Amino acid sequence: MLTLVGILVVVVGFALRLNALLVVTVAGLVTGLASGLGPVEVVSAFGKAFIESRYVAIVWMVLPVIGLLERAGLKERARTVIAGIPAATTGRVLMIYFAIRQVTAALGLTTLGGHAQMVRPLVAPMAEGAAENRFGPIADKTRNRIRAHSAAVDNVAVFFGEDIFIAIGSILLIKGFLEQNGIHVEPTHLALWAVPTAVCAWVIHNTRLVLLDRSLKRELAGTRAPAPESTTEDAA
Amino acid sequence: MIRLEHVYVLMGLLLIGVSYVNARDASNPRRWNNTIFWGLYAVTFLVGSRLPHFASGCVVIGMVLVASIGKLGQGTREASTPAQREESAARLGNRLFIPALTIPAVTLLGTFTLKYAKLGGVALVDPAQITLISLGLATVVALIVGMVMLRPPLAAPVQEGRRLFDAVGWAAVLPQMLAALGALFAVAGVGKVVADLAGRWLPLGSPFAAVVTYTVGMALFTMIMGNAFAAFPVMTAGIALPLIMTRFGGDVVVMAAVGMLSGFCGTLMTPMAANFNIVPVALLELPDEYAVIRVQVPTGLLLLAANTIIMYLFVYRH
Repeated sequence: MLTLVGILVVVVGFALRLNALLVVTVAGLVTGLASGLGPVEVVSAFGKAFIESRYVAIVWMVLPVIGLLERAGLKERARTVIAGIPAATTGRVLMIYFAIRQVTAALGLTTLGGHAQMVRPLVAPMAEGAAENRFGPIADKTRNRIRAHSAAVDNVAVFFGEDIFIAIGSILLIKGFLEQNGIHVEPTHLALWAVPTAVCAWVIHNTRLVLLDRSLKRELAGTRAPAPESTTEDAA
Repeated sequence: MIRLEHVYVLMGLLLIGVSYVNARDASNPRRWNNTIFWGLYAVTFLVGSRLPHFASGCVVIGMVLVASIGKLGQGTREASTPAQREESAARLGNRLFIPALTIPAVTLLGTFTLKYAKLGGVALVDPAQITLISLGLATVVALIVGMVMLRPPLAAPVQEGRRLFDAVGWAAVLPQMLAALGALFAVAGVGKVVADLAGRWLPLGSPFAAVVTYTVGMALFTMIMGNAFAAFPVMTAGIALPLIMTRFGGDVVVMAAVGMLSGFCGTLMTPMAANFNIVPVALLELPDEYAVIRVQVPTGLLLLAANTIIMYLFVYRH
């Protein structure tokens, strides 16, 4: 039972909204100590694991390019492009990105997206631009809500698209694990059984995007029409 | 041969630049904390493979202390004004998208072609790391395209990169830290204890109860571990194989495939999956740390219910 003390640290730490980096480090050190490692061994194990997972940080190498393009007006341009399409709404922009992201992930092209490469420079400005285009300037609260939805679309679409591709990590993990237990399965069959969930994910999340459009319309059209000179954002 | 190590060196040099720009920015009240934080992070990339593990651990703990107790700040100087950006966007038009789209295009091209590239009979790129190396190369190519097109001052990429690194802040390191935590959980055998508890306390007497326990268990344990890959072996060995498959005769393919996807529902709902749920909050400069999770919870819960129904309908019929 003492081994679970790390989980307790994590749950309490996140619930109290303490600095996540500190919470995770303390949880790791405590777990190591609880399992009987000495202090030096625990720090070594932590250092080793950190060094071995440096590959997750390679995505940050896109930041200089993205920063450079932002300085040259990339976000502004993304908004202008959307302003030229009268039918564009926040929900529709996100539905199109959802479809592209899910289909490309199903083909194994999971690198064709991501929060740093696509969402911050392109998808979020387009989704915000579509709302501004329809309703005029939007309050920060609404802007943040649209941004959070933009990030969520990237996650949901890739999670429930990638498993249709037979060579993705999770399918290989399932196959490897079952083989260790003496069960042979075909990756194509596993991938096939990812399809029903993928369809459900598409239906559920796209429905929510339709509802997002409606809610934005209610919220923003309502504030602008009756009192155009009003400076308060209380209805938002 | 190009290895991941070369990409790490490049990343380390970039971080040195970020650290240096921070040191010279008096508009950031906590500039020395930022300088130390990114400087230490640079060390893990430049010499991490050669450092003793204990020294790496100390460097990492140093970073955590600077970020949590010292706190990081952000400079207020911007190299461009909104008006300048509007003007530049109007002048450059859709050409601005070219470098941005170069990143996925080159990554893709590299992933498919670099495995065939040979130089004097030796593979040009480490075949085990093609995708990651392609991503690293793609950022370099995109940067060159951007520099040629925009002709900014030479230091601009580092300065602008610094602006974004500081916007993301310590969240940039969190995914790696969580991977390290996962490794320590594995060493300590946390998974086994959880599976034992689940087996002992949960109602598993009927085929339906076994399915619900497995799908919900996958989601919950994924939320704790931050990663469905860590939860899958534990939950499947503890609940799914002995009960759904052996006792109730369920189909192993449906069980495993939908079980993993139930774990993904958990990934949508936990701050432990930092690279998906916390990093975008920082990247998009949202004030609420859990903003993305809040948006994802309804989809996560509905989809978990859908997975449970899919598994129950199909796992026992054949």
